[in-house]
Amino acid sequence: MKKQVKFGVGISVIVASLGFLAWLGYGESKTYYHTIAELETLNSSAKSQRMRIGGTVAIGSIRHLAGRVDFVLEGEGKTLPVSYIGTDPLPDTFIDKSQALVEGHAGPEGRFVAEVVQAKCASKYEAAPGGKGGAAPSATERSGM
Amino acid sequence: MDVFGYFALVLAFVCAVYAFGGGIAAIVTRHPLLIKSSRQAGMATCCLIFLATFSLEYLFFSDNFSIAYVVSHSNRDLSTFYKIAALWSGQEGSLLFWSFLLAVYVFSVLLTYRNKNGELMPYVGVVMAGVQIFFLTLNNFVASPFKVLASPGADGVMHYVARADGNGLTPLLQYPEMVIHPPNLYSGYTGFTIPFAFALGALLARYPGEKWIHLTRKWTMIAWMFQSMGILLGAHWAYAVLGWGGYWGWDPVENASFLPWLTGTAFLHSVMMQEKRGMMKVWNVWLVFCTFLLCILGTFLTRSGVVSSVHAFAQSSIGTWFVSFIALIIAVCLGAYLKNRDYLKSENQLDSIISRESSFLFNNLVLLVSCIAILSGTLFPVFSEWITGDRISVGAPFFNKVNIPTGLLLLFLTGVGPLLAWRKTSTESLKRNFGWPLGIGVAAGAIAFAFGFRQFYSWVCLVLCVSVASTVLLEFYRGAKVIRSRSGASFMASAVDLTMRNTRRYGGYIVHMGMVFVFIGLAGAAFNRDIQKDMRQGDTLKIGPYTLVLQGFDTKPEKNYTAQRLLVEVLQNNKPTMMLYPEKRRFSTTEENGTMVAIRSTLQEDLYVVYAGTSPDTQLPVIHAYLNPLVKWIWFGGVVVVLGTLVAMLPNRRAVLVLSAAQQPAAQPVAHGLPSSVTLREGHD
Repeated sequence: MKKQVKFGVGISVIVASLGFLAWLGYGESKTYYHTIAELETLNSSAKSQRMRIGGTVAIGSIRHLAGRVDFVLEGEGKTLPVSYIGTDPLPDTFIDKSQALVEGHAGPEGRFVAEVVQAKCASKYEAAPGGKGGAAPSATERSGM
Repeated sequence: MDVFGYFALVLAFVCAVYAFGGGIAAIVTRHPLLIKSSRQAGMATCCLIFLATFSLEYLFFSDNFSIAYVVSHSNRDLSTFYKIAALWSGQEGSLLFWSFLLAVYVFSVLLTYRNKNGELMPYVGVVMAGVQIFFLTLNNFVASPFKVLASPGADGVMHYVARADGNGLTPLLQYPEMVIHPPNLYSGYTGFTIPFAFALGALLARYPGEKWIHLTRKWTMIAWMFQSMGILLGAHWAYAVLGWGGYWGWDPVENASFLPWLTGTAFLHSVMMQEKRGMMKVWNVWLVFCTFLLCILGTFLTRSGVVSSVHAFAQSSIGTWFVSFIALIIAVCLGAYLKNRDYLKSENQLDSIISRESSFLFNNLVLLVSCIAILSGTLFPVFSEWITGDRISVGAPFFNKVNIPTGLLLLFLTGVGPLLAWRKTSTESLKRNFGWPLGIGVAAGAIAFAFGFRQFYSWVCLVLCVSVASTVLLEFYRGAKVIRSRSGASFMASAVDLTMRNTRRYGGYIVHMGMVFVFIGLAGAAFNRDIQKDMRQGDTLKIGPYTLVLQGFDTKPEKNYTAQRLLVEVLQNNKPTMMLYPEKRRFSTTEENGTMVAIRSTLQEDLYVVYAGTSPDTQLPVIHAYLNPLVKWIWFGGVVVVLGTLVAMLPNRRAVLVLSAAQQPAAQPVAHGLPSSVTLREGHD
């Protein structure tokens, strides 16, 4: 076999198999961003997807219950009740009026079931400091590594 | 002091514009006086940036709460240590800090080569000044750190306002790593400007030969070393502060710091192809260009929050500036390349698939694939919104699925590559070099399998780590044995001698060994365990060989915060071992909470204990304990990588004895045990 062909085969095998893995990982972890207002307009198939929704935590709405934390997100004049069922502790920045991103699925009765909650304090935390602070909102995110 | 700093920045901008314009004029006219004056303007720019940075730091130390930036990021009770770090804790300061570190590099370059490389330096100076102009524009006109607080008085005229105290520094940043992590990472980001400037300068000047690569090798390694340290310190900060038991979450900002590291690593390897065989010239130039672009992109992602701040999170205005700058760099690089591409013709072709060249080729391929996967995963929300209208993000499974196999492939090449000969490797030499290491690796794998080790990737990683470590140790052993047989010195002394004779080769091996340690640590993650429990005083919690006993609580008022501590006794195999004190901190100025994780770290495993808050049902404190095997190897590996890089930067010590003048094929760069035919070659490998 000519050496160019050998290289070609080697390179394509590597690229193709990694591409396939990437495609698998994409299917497993793709998450759609929606606003609270958009949520109402989604059809049922779009509603079954994994979603990420942002909003402000309503004052006094955080209630710690057995096995879950309930709270209400506000945004664009709409509200969304959320149940956090993840096992990780909620980030320290998750308090009343903080900006939060929740990730999970639409549950029954218009309630959103979140597996991951990220939060930024509204008053401070201007932007990612020193190249690393951006990691802060993902305090509850967990790598599979 | 604020006015002083402000004017220093304005003057720096003016000087940088002169260094840029004067530099171009100098290149056109070749007037020696113009060349000199534009170089001196470049140095003056740097000095003025130093002054501006020191004056902002002075404002922090003098608690000057009439400056908006100081008010937002400091308070009187903040310790001195963190007042230094407050400089880079926000947008404006970080960008000034970028300029500052870049100025350190630029100044060193201009000073080092002031009387050398006269043909090339004006071009390099112009490129560096161009980059400085961009950041100084941001510092002066977009995100000035010297803005004062003012409000209109009764007469409608604006008056200075000074606050009594500042808002304080974000608790997440009040941690020792946060003082050293950003400078390291930023030194990496800014440092890649230098190889970029030389590469672009050499291309524009059609500077002959491989000289720019020799000139920039040390600068690239310095930047690479800082980038490596920055990434690992960031991972350690995330591990120790965020309290989720992990160190890497494929967050956009983490990814941003990893991307230039990948291309930078690819570049450090592929330049050897150009030095040795005159190949890959186009590739190398573009690798440097891409590395620099990724550094700018990284800074952009970090500062603008274009990816992480979705919908609810405020976006910053500097995004447009960065996008324009990136577009401009691409245009300039592309233009320079198209104009002078004939100068980058390759002198040789690949000879064999089992050769050093092809191992470098595959190393580059794997690093690039990994880089492209991470880049596309990170920017996926942005691109999917452009193309489909839906904003879609991908998470950790995507990144892990691609990067674990690429990482292992890379680990494999780490072991194989350095031992393959240039051009073509014989079966004979393959057997000699890889027989033992492969045998030892497989044996270790078999033993692990027999003991119930069933995680596929971790198992592969184990086999590779053992094999690669064996190849490296075998190389040191063979080389040291030869020296020892001649000098009679101890084995250790011979190994040191060997390293000092060819620092680049053996420093590289040390870096590879460090990477093996890092991989050992990463492989441990497959066996992480955790448990969470509400704890009454005297309650126990079991995890692995450890039993945690909650002995009590206390409250420790500190200057800037109040700490609530849990007093946790740790028993290992039922023997009292130590106390751990996981904390919750309440910061008085910001009314924010912080978590301090308590970690007992051994080479075997980390016991990681988090005070996760109070249970809503029982009102009892909740302890979340993790058992993370082998994590310490990652940090240890990082230290070894840095040491190896430092060794590789040392000049070679002349061999006192020239043992043989025989020219051996590069297949056996270091002798293979026969003293009569020994060759100890000087120089690069």
